[in-house]
Amino acid sequence: MGLTIAAENLRQVFNRQTIFSKVSFTVGEGTVLLIAGRNGSGKSTLVKILCGVLTPTGGKVTIDGDGALDQFARKARVGLVAPYLQVYEEFSALENLHLSMTLRGFRSDPSAHRALLERVALDPKRRDPVRGFSSGMKQRLKYAMALSHHPPILVLDEPMSNLDADGTAIVRSIMEDQRKAGILVVATNDLTDCDRWDTEVNLNEQR
Amino acid sequence: MNNADRYSTRWLRATTAVFLKDWHSELRTRYAISALGMFVITTISIILFSLGGEPASPDVLSGMLWVVLFFAAMSGLSRTFVMEEERGTAMTVQLQSPPSAVYFGKLLFNLVLGAGLTLLTVVLYALLINGFVIRSYGLFAAVIALGSIGLATASTIIAAIIARANTKGTLYPVLSFPILLPLLMTVIKATRMASEGASWSDAGGEFQILVSYIVVVMTTSYLLFEYIWKD
Amino acid sequence: MMLRGTLGVLLTLVIVAAFVTPISPQPQSWFEFPLIPGLEEKARIIFFHVPAAWLSVLAFLTSMFFGIQYLRKRDIMDDIRSSSAAGLGLLFCILATVTGAIWAKFNWGSFWNWDPRETSIFVLLLIYGAYFSLRSAIDVEEKRATLSSVYSIIAAVTVPFFIFIMPRIMTGLHPGAKGDPDGAGPVIEFKMSPNMRVVFFASLIAFTLLFIWMFTLRVRTARLEYHHQSKG
Repeated sequence: MGLTIAAENLRQVFNRQTIFSKVSFTVGEGTVLLIAGRNGSGKSTLVKILCGVLTPTGGKVTIDGDGALDQFARKARVGLVAPYLQVYEEFSALENLHLSMTLRGFRSDPSAHRALLERVALDPKRRDPVRGFSSGMKQRLKYAMALSHHPPILVLDEPMSNLDADGTAIVRSIMEDQRKAGILVVATNDLTDCDRWDTEVNLNEQR
Repeated sequence: MNNADRYSTRWLRATTAVFLKDWHSELRTRYAISALGMFVITTISIILFSLGGEPASPDVLSGMLWVVLFFAAMSGLSRTFVMEEERGTAMTVQLQSPPSAVYFGKLLFNLVLGAGLTLLTVVLYALLINGFVIRSYGLFAAVIALGSIGLATASTIIAAIIARANTKGTLYPVLSFPILLPLLMTVIKATRMASEGASWSDAGGEFQILVSYIVVVMTTSYLLFEYIWKD
Repeated sequence: MMLRGTLGVLLTLVIVAAFVTPISPQPQSWFEFPLIPGLEEKARIIFFHVPAAWLSVLAFLTSMFFGIQYLRKRDIMDDIRSSSAAGLGLLFCILATVTGAIWAKFNWGSFWNWDPRETSIFVLLLIYGAYFSLRSAIDVEEKRATLSSVYSIIAAVTVPFFIFIMPRIMTGLHPGAKGDPDGAGPVIEFKMSPNMRVVFFASLIAFTLLFIWMFTLRVRTARLEYHHQSKG
């Protein structure tokens, strides 16, 4: 059957204001889901619901097809890159990757981490805290952290923020790989971020 | 991929990872250790000055020891949750670890931090406060240990609650005090009994209360934690 | 309508009976209350102090019940019910504490003595205070509801410990507790004559009805406010 994400009648109310309602979609393996909408339309809220860090006011999200039965498997399904997802600033890049594995209950593999850092154009030999990184470097580290556990679902909120041309190229290749290997979800208000998509959820129309 | 690991192995790994993360973070900034250490020294100094060299009764001395410990807990044990909120990493941890691992990892951190605080306080107290004698050492050690565990356990769940609110600092003692009162009342009495030389059987009732308090609060905290932690 | 009417009549009867009925050492007719040594005229406060204390506990249990309902169903009306009950509970807790302190002054000479029952009502007051402090510190409605429900459950779980701790720690002054100097106990019920008991239980019922009425009123008002705000 393959991996699927199914959202049914999602509704989110926040301080008595309805952000969106009746959001439904189904996406399957090997596809790209685009979440579009103006700033403030609730894209990030929907992203958080999909990643399991926010409980929707109404409706539900079902992720199926990968045999995930326990909490750890559920946490391991998703990788997220978002402006509001912070890295651990007091630790180095390698330590951050180590944490992204061990906090999920996996054994940590330092050589795999180093390879991953190289892929996102970060120096694997650096031991200084991430606090000193530029915003572009932190963004690339977030990609490394999202990929460290090989999640079948990769969710990107504002994928190109803080990135220069080189960074953007890296991300596009990551996005292409992910589309082939699982499900890619992109939330953005800049449609040039995403080359192609299969399903679109436009939150401007949802109110 | 190491997906084949058993749930319990992964749970232990995750819980340890939460604990070690806070532990290493603390070692790097050394905030808790230095500031809390200073807090304990300052508070005991204030008590010394206000006693003015006059001996005080075992009742008063036992009570004051736990006053110092209570406020030391209020100064230091909220850090593990408040720090995540302040740095914005609460969501990062929430994304990566299941709630039970987060709760027990941070509880463990607070237990260790609480133990350190308790040890420092008791040692300074015994050395500096005039008239504080302990006649039943074993009983005293057991009471202090259980009291410290109970204090840390209750403080941890309240810390999780206030980390999600505004005005965290002042709110923390306000919420913690009613919850901790049964523990404090029992442990102050038991400390006094230990200092007066009571036997283990004399304090049997107090031990029962202390142990059941810890069990009840820890269980309730574990069951409720997900509601606090997850949005 | 019916509730208000019955409540009005009942409360009036209770208040009148409580104050007007003469107290004498040898009650002659059904219209007189016996003299309880140690309490005498001050016994009249029983009709108000005890129900107020009872209500502050009932309100807390109500608040906690709706809090748990909120955690299960996420219906904001449950949180409204929970905080309405808690507000009433705080009111009656203050009343109980104050009437208790006044009684203590007249009976035993000082306003506060840390006897077990006094301490218990004080702890309940602290819990209410903490509950509302917590609520005022959270802006997001859903989070406020969740966290205050969780806190009230945690608080409720630690309260039973007092039942075991109190007898060990202190002796009491309250009628009915160990150490009561004049032995005016065990608790009111057994030293009260049947006619006193009638007024007392009538008062208890009247106060409970009062609570239900005030609670319903508050919830109704809050619901109207909520719908008004949701549309606007």
